[in-house]
Amino acid sequence: MAAQNPLLEVRHLRVEFPTRRGTLVALDDVSFTISAGEVLGVVGESGAGKSMTGAAIIGLLEPPGRIAAGEILLDGRRIDNLRYEDMRRIRGKDIGAIFQDPLTTLNPLYTVGRQLAETMTTHLPITPAEARKRAIGWLDLVGIPAAAQRIDSYPHEFSGGMRQRVVIALALCAEPRLIVADEPTTALDVSIQAQIIALLKSLAREKGTAMMLVTHDMGVIAETADRVAVMYAGRIAEIGPVRNVVKQAIHPYTVGLMGSIPPLDRRVERLAQIDGAMPRLSAIPKGCAYNPRCPKAFARCTEDRPDLLPAGATQAACWLYAGEGKTNG
Amino acid sequence: MADTPMLELRDAARYFDVSRPLLQRVIAGEGKRLLRAVDGVSLAATRGRTLSLVGESGCGKSTVARLAVGLYRPSAGQVMFDGRDLAEARAASDQRRRMQMIFQDPYASLNPRWRVRDIIAEPIRAFGLLPDRAAQEARVAELLTQVGLSPLDGHKFPHEFSGGQRQRISIARALSSNPEFLVCDEPTSALDVSVQAQILNLMKELQSRMGLTYLFISHNLAVVRQVSDQIGVMYLGRIAELAPAESLFRRPRHPYTRALMEAIPDLDMTGRARIPVGGEVPSPINPPTGCAFHPRCPLAGPRCKAERPELKPAGDAMVACHAVEEGRD
Repeated sequence: MAAQNPLLEVRHLRVEFPTRRGTLVALDDVSFTISAGEVLGVVGESGAGKSMTGAAIIGLLEPPGRIAAGEILLDGRRIDNLRYEDMRRIRGKDIGAIFQDPLTTLNPLYTVGRQLAETMTTHLPITPAEARKRAIGWLDLVGIPAAAQRIDSYPHEFSGGMRQRVVIALALCAEPRLIVADEPTTALDVSIQAQIIALLKSLAREKGTAMMLVTHDMGVIAETADRVAVMYAGRIAEIGPVRNVVKQAIHPYTVGLMGSIPPLDRRVERLAQIDGAMPRLSAIPKGCAYNPRCPKAFARCTEDRPDLLPAGATQAACWLYAGEGKTNG
Repeated sequence: MADTPMLELRDAARYFDVSRPLLQRVIAGEGKRLLRAVDGVSLAATRGRTLSLVGESGCGKSTVARLAVGLYRPSAGQVMFDGRDLAEARAASDQRRRMQMIFQDPYASLNPRWRVRDIIAEPIRAFGLLPDRAAQEARVAELLTQVGLSPLDGHKFPHEFSGGQRQRISIARALSSNPEFLVCDEPTSALDVSVQAQILNLMKELQSRMGLTYLFISHNLAVVRQVSDQIGVMYLGRIAELAPAESLFRRPRHPYTRALMEAIPDLDMTGRARIPVGGEVPSPINPPTGCAFHPRCPLAGPRCKAERPELKPAGDAMVACHAVEEGRD
């Protein structure tokens, strides 16, 4: 599944927020890759750093946040240190973005057709007439009925689900090689969510587009992703093939997270819960950040910070598996 | 328990006038426009049990919640609380204290300028339940302990707490007037799943300890399955199916209920291809004729377009569907 040369490579990414009370580390030593045609799911609870990772990749970190260390490579070329104008060209053309709230992505003053056509003429060598024709094609492809008529409608004339389809068309129309989708279905009802996920999945497959899918919904990940990264307190706790992470999680945090999802197929008297809450950035515990909530924590966990180590079919940042990579090969 | 239900809706409806201003209406020659948020709902919440309402946005479930505590008056039909008309019951403060509500957003429902102990003590003071200041403080400490917080947290402000802890504060406040009936409108939707599990466990625990009756509103079927004794599935202001919880999941009868269950992402990764329901929820201002679900329904026939189905018994459930009634399902 994974090609030799990953399309996106994130190496030891560190994002900091300087504040009056000192520097907060929002992302710490985050590394992963995504290959062409692959969907990497990124899950975690609010504040884990999953959206921050997406924002760093598309070069839209909210100031004063900044990349303090590490690098981001797209097709072998560094994109984390580009000037604003150069990055702007890459956004849209090479990297498409889909955000949670379609209303903030679309310009309310322009028709959707104009926004689509403008994106295409900016990034592709085509005429406005051709762009308009393609815009209709894209609206059709993402499942908007009567696309030829709807193209001159304004964003507010679409329903939530239809608007999110427009956003997807907008992210895809310049044919980027990577899509960063941040909670693309969270604002939608389940029946619409299912339609959008099916759409994203088929488009990624057909066009060979790589996708980073950020969501807190494990169900969406299980259905869509090839690999999953589980984030906790600004770091990757576990990363591996989706089946292994969902079915045979290794890291105690992933196990807890999976256990706390209410099952649909049966009623349980008491849901498994992880006691406590994720630490604030200003108070990340020493050692493994999960140790105060971890049922399996031992002395080393409060002292040393674990890095990602091979553990079974996945990689986990957990001292329980230190050395296993060597013994199990 | 065959006595009077805690809450009963008898063909209750709530309409909102969404007409344009009179002058514009006269100029354009149009009539009044009514949004039928809830349009003829009958249900009963049994004492000590949980009745849940599920459905997508705009189905009217939150409007029912507000009707149930008297925040809205019904435009037609009746809302009965413990055998008395709700409006009449709410006139007496000893009745009003018996019902409380927990809202979705724990960030918006707590006054940021009040200390937690004052937030929790407010219902006690408003209803004059404990005139003695020392007794009030003792009660607040007891409530904080009951919801899993420390009595020392009372002097803090809401912003010092995480989302899950704030929802615990909302629950403590709701419990402070010793209510028997709690209306919970999406109490865990704004929370992360591990925290959601904590809150759901807490709510179940409190129910079994205090014999509370819950009206639980949610869009999440998996959550609903964990807490409910009885479930109503709503679509466009009406109940499509009302059934005992286990029966609803074992054998969903209404085509909309089945579509909803079908739409939920599959965590078991059976690889089963989902068939998403097409289309979107129509506008409640101008709902489809006959059965409101007929434009999206795979079983729709001519009768469904013409005649609105009423809730009729089907097995141990009540279903509003011509196809089910005729045995075409």
